[in-house]
Amino acid sequence: MEFSQITFGRTGRRRTARIPSALMLRYTLKRFVSLVLSLVVASMVIFTVIEIAPGDPASFMLGINAQPETLAALRAELGLEGSKTTRYLAWIGGMVTGDFGTSYTYRTPVLDMVGDRLWVSLPLASLALLLSTLIAFPAGIYAASRRGQAGDMGVMGATQLGVAVPNFWFAMMLVLVFAINLRWFSAGGFVGWDKGLLAGLHALTLPAIALALPQAAILARVMRSSLLDVLGEDFMRTARAKGLSERQALWRHGLRNALIPVLTIIGLQFSFLLAGSIIIEQVFYLPGLGRLIFQSISARDLIVVESVVMLLVFSVIMMNFLVDLAYAAVDPRLRART
Amino acid sequence: MNRNLITGAVLSGIFVAAALISFVWTPFDHSTLNIANKLKPPSGAHLLGTDHFGRDILSMIMVGARTSIAVAFVAVGIGMGVGVPLGLWAAARNGTWLDELIMRGNDLVFAFPSLVIAILITAIFGAGAVNAIIAIGIFNIPVFARITRGAALSLWQREFILAARVAGKSAARISGEHILPNVANLLIVQGTIQFSLGILAEAGLSYVGLGAQPPTPSWGRMLADAQTLVSIAPHMALVPGFAIIFTVLGLNLMGDGLRDLLDPRLRVARV
Repeated sequence: MEFSQITFGRTGRRRTARIPSALMLRYTLKRFVSLVLSLVVASMVIFTVIEIAPGDPASFMLGINAQPETLAALRAELGLEGSKTTRYLAWIGGMVTGDFGTSYTYRTPVLDMVGDRLWVSLPLASLALLLSTLIAFPAGIYAASRRGQAGDMGVMGATQLGVAVPNFWFAMMLVLVFAINLRWFSAGGFVGWDKGLLAGLHALTLPAIALALPQAAILARVMRSSLLDVLGEDFMRTARAKGLSERQALWRHGLRNALIPVLTIIGLQFSFLLAGSIIIEQVFYLPGLGRLIFQSISARDLIVVESVVMLLVFSVIMMNFLVDLAYAAVDPRLRART
Repeated sequence: MNRNLITGAVLSGIFVAAALISFVWTPFDHSTLNIANKLKPPSGAHLLGTDHFGRDILSMIMVGARTSIAVAFVAVGIGMGVGVPLGLWAAARNGTWLDELIMRGNDLVFAFPSLVIAILITAIFGAGAVNAIIAIGIFNIPVFARITRGAALSLWQREFILAARVAGKSAARISGEHILPNVANLLIVQGTIQFSLGILAEAGLSYVGLGAQPPTPSWGRMLADAQTLVSIAPHMALVPGFAIIFTVLGLNLMGDGLRDLLDPRLRVARV
């Protein structure tokens, strides 16, 4: 049992925050180096996959009857000439400075296209994350506090089912019930944020619920098992021994300590939500990043595909980096380990 | 025997059986179009109804089970075939640069949003069952590598491994003869879970049109067809949906049951 984990009331929070930061700095540096390495390797992988993809964007755009000179001119204009290394460096250099290239088909900067779509995908993923947390926390806490009883079994059964339901199928069922039969929501499309915050949120409600459900089921299970682990710890017995009721001990000491693994899972879920939103956007015809990827793939607009995928991977790697840091800040044992 | 294991085995057994039977018999030919008979709700002739081309849905579900199971099975095979040796190797060379390289590589694959890359692979190299298998399989590799290495590391500290080393066995032989049999239980449990995730992933990919291509029936594709017709023929969406849910639920229950059965420590801890 680590000393800093023994927390009595409010003093515990200050004690964990005051742990000497030399180790934390070393840990942060180490994680940062591996973050940069991950990004470099990830970008190389994505670049290579796009490189070996069959089909030349220039000849795709001009059709089979194009003159060789026109083709060469277009290739030069699109930045398809030059060695692989130069093009890779140009792409990476551009991304770092905020220049994501120009779309082959729309002739607009990729960054602008991404920006528009991000205003759909990001609120959707955030709303889903919020919903899944709001569902999972009470469910997990309830199940842990009723361990082995009917309530626990009920929640666990529901989460088993939740994990097994494909979110796009659940989305279709939501459309069938709430859009087609009850007419409370529209079956798809997005009105745009300029119609007001409420209208925008209204359009994203069903997609967010569909996206949140399987994640909530996973999160509730993690919350429950993490709480059960903590409930068996010595400091929980101490808390009970000093006269706290079961409920007080749970809220003051149990929850805070149980949250650590739960936070990690929430961080990891970010990537599932991003990926999930790609499919859910198809169900609801939402103009988000997922639709952009599919449209670009079918138009062989590879620069858009390349940059959007890199952006998604970047946000996931970044998120995991932040979760690692948050984790180390809360749990000093981790810093010492590496 | 525990209840989870039996329920799970029965549920997933039904779909494996349906897939196997479909090789020799289906109620109707799954690809025969019969427009006059389209969008019929479940009836005596067509137990699960017909789709927008008048095809028998039960027959399509049976043949579709083949696709789902085959894709998920091979994907788990790829994950195990590559991941387990990597994990064993990393554990045998624990603390060296090789271990570090393998594990950092794993972290990297882990960091990719798997579905995004699956979409990338299938979209660029062409949609189809084979590319779907590869895409799903790649993401099974780090799962198995990590779990194998973790379990193997603690085994390397045990006396019977020390005895084997004293007897002059090489690290490779120890890994194969002593470590692997001892992590097999863990791998079976994880395999079941990855299998169910593979079924979900295949359904997702074929729903967006990147999985098995028509005329090969697949559950995800059936759902995509059902989407615009969901208000007039809800059975078209309900049937494949329930097929996916029951299969995944069955596999997950089986995984839970196997874990309880194969890991006696957990059994004690749960009581």
